[in-house]
Amino acid sequence: MIQIMNNVTVRNIIRFISLILIQVLVLNNMNLSGYLNPYLYILFILLLPANINRSLLLIIAFLTGLTVDYFGNTLGLHASACVAIAFMRPGTINLFFRNYEFNSGESPAPASIGYRGFLKYAISLTFIHQIILFYLEVFSLNNFLFTFSKVMLSTVLSVLLMMIAILITSKRKKS
Amino acid sequence: MRNLFALLWKNQFFVLFILLEVTSIVLLSRSYSYHGSITHNTTSDITGSVFSSYGNISDYLSLANENEVLANENAELRNMIDASFLITDTLYVYRDSMFRYIPAKVISNSVSKSNNFIMINKGANHGIKKEMGVISSNGVAGVVVGVSDHFSTIMSMLHGNMRISARIKNSGQLVNVIWDNNDYLFGTVIDIPSHIKLGKGDSIITSGNSLIYPEGIMIGQIESHEINNNKNLTTAILRYSTDFNSIKHLYAIENIMKQEQDSLLSQFDSDNE
Repeated sequence: MIQIMNNVTVRNIIRFISLILIQVLVLNNMNLSGYLNPYLYILFILLLPANINRSLLLIIAFLTGLTVDYFGNTLGLHASACVAIAFMRPGTINLFFRNYEFNSGESPAPASIGYRGFLKYAISLTFIHQIILFYLEVFSLNNFLFTFSKVMLSTVLSVLLMMIAILITSKRKKS
Repeated sequence: MRNLFALLWKNQFFVLFILLEVTSIVLLSRSYSYHGSITHNTTSDITGSVFSSYGNISDYLSLANENEVLANENAELRNMIDASFLITDTLYVYRDSMFRYIPAKVISNSVSKSNNFIMINKGANHGIKKEMGVISSNGVAGVVVGVSDHFSTIMSMLHGNMRISARIKNSGQLVNVIWDNNDYLFGTVIDIPSHIKLGKGDSIITSGNSLIYPEGIMIGQIESHEINNNKNLTTAILRYSTDFNSIKHLYAIENIMKQEQDSLLSQFDSDNE
């Protein structure tokens, strides 16, 4: 039992460090067509164990957002978006995967809930994250449509990257 | 009282959510004013060292390009030294330098956000101070807002609160330059007197009024000027001469006489009160 828990903890810590590093060192320097910036690190919050303690989830999400903020000089921006999706995560999982029994420490990853289920789950939470992020960043509803187009494109891009990341890492496990 | 705690404990998920959300918003709101971003920013040796070790690797990829830029700049500087002039003016006896340039390398940069910052690899140990101006070899880049021992954060020209005093090179009229959030290539010139007509390619330079930049540093060139007869002041779109997406080397500018100028100004202020 303890071994399983440690395994899950270690896996999540490794995921945290690698996703944050990729985010702040590579993706934050990427500006597709001038202003698009994919946010891959959300995947860490999405892949935390499905039956994790809900308060712990909020705190982990807050610290994750704060870490990204710390590197991007946007203290509080990512933190608030991350806390919001952590708040909605248990409900979202319940809504989409009510029939699925998660084992202790099991992630809501494609391996257990299928690619289609995961896509629904990832798109909805990423979309909420991006809405909060972009509208808090400009802090006004001026240019509403311009900001909204940024939200949409950035969501698509981020989810696409997540799928690629999952495909790469799951292949490695099989071999 | 006990019931209250019991109720809070029962709803700890929701209470914690509100608590963390409020904390983030408070942190965020502090950074929304110009002075807020000067006092509260996350420049530190931790983020700095992560960025700079990454920067060391990525620099190798653009060495050839950088060498060319530096060589061009060397040539320009060579043109400025006394030996480059044919006639040496013997009456020119008193020359006191007012600005000192500290070269620095960019270790992190962004152009896609609504408020962009640049981090450089020089800090308090190298003489960088808050509110020093920063330029690239092509033009103005920003203002230092945060300093740690080895690194500094610069509020880039691409920041919603950025506003610098400028001058139209041809006519000498004073204007202001701001950034209106959309595109890293373009800024906005505001407060242009309505009788001035600007054409594409007119140069906008620093005015020297702010004591941060020397006078006459290039900011950019006019892209288009909208003339509206109903207003006293018009605005124009400006193309920055600095390419913010590719800057690697910057110069922080120390105004050696700033203290003297500031004390003179504050003396005047206190006389008025």
